[in-house]
Amino acid sequence: MSLELSHFSAAVLFAVFASVVFGITQRSGTREQVRYGLYCFAMFVGGVIVAGWAMWILRH
Amino acid sequence: MANSSEDKKKAPAPPSPPLTTMSVMAPAIGWLIPGAGHIIQKRWIRGGLLLVSIALMFLLGVMMDGHVYKPNGGDILDILGFVGDLGAGALYIVVRVLGVGDGASAHVSADYGKVFIIVAGLLNFISVADAYHIAIGKKA
Repeated sequence: MSLELSHFSAAVLFAVFASVVFGITQRSGTREQVRYGLYCFAMFVGGVIVAGWAMWILRH
Repeated sequence: MANSSEDKKKAPAPPSPPLTTMSVMAPAIGWLIPGAGHIIQKRWIRGGLLLVSIALMFLLGVMMDGHVYKPNGGDILDILGFVGDLGAGALYIVVRVLGVGDGASAHVSADYGKVFIIVAGLLNFISVADAYHIAIGKKA
């Protein structure tokens, strides 16, 4: 059995897991950890969307 | 130049962190089982979240038929891939024992899976460093 994910869903899952670890390890207080985790998640997913549109513009 | 070398001589060396049982055990156990370095220091929620995130990422990578690197002395990217995979600790050992991830899959999910497995190991290295910093009192 092989799990097949779309590029976007794989990128979102990647962003979730990496953001949780970054949030916990790079900040001390609980509030700062949550804020930094959300910031990392937004940057990951935002980066994917921006890169996607950049490639679409280059293609057309 | 002479002044800078004198300054270096005068500057006191930073005190080395105390070598305690926890400062050795937390990174070691944290490497073997992701998040366990935090759990043994009673950071239950942080440890649990690290365990779930890293283990799930690794398992999803395996389920996507991601390639698991073996020890090798060839291409530099293969060596780095092995180092990344090794970071997952017991997860990597179990997968190697079971012989999963040996095949060469052609579909694109397998490529994502390979990256998931490597990054799970690298995230565990960060988690291990964090457990060490907590153990020596550098982080609250």
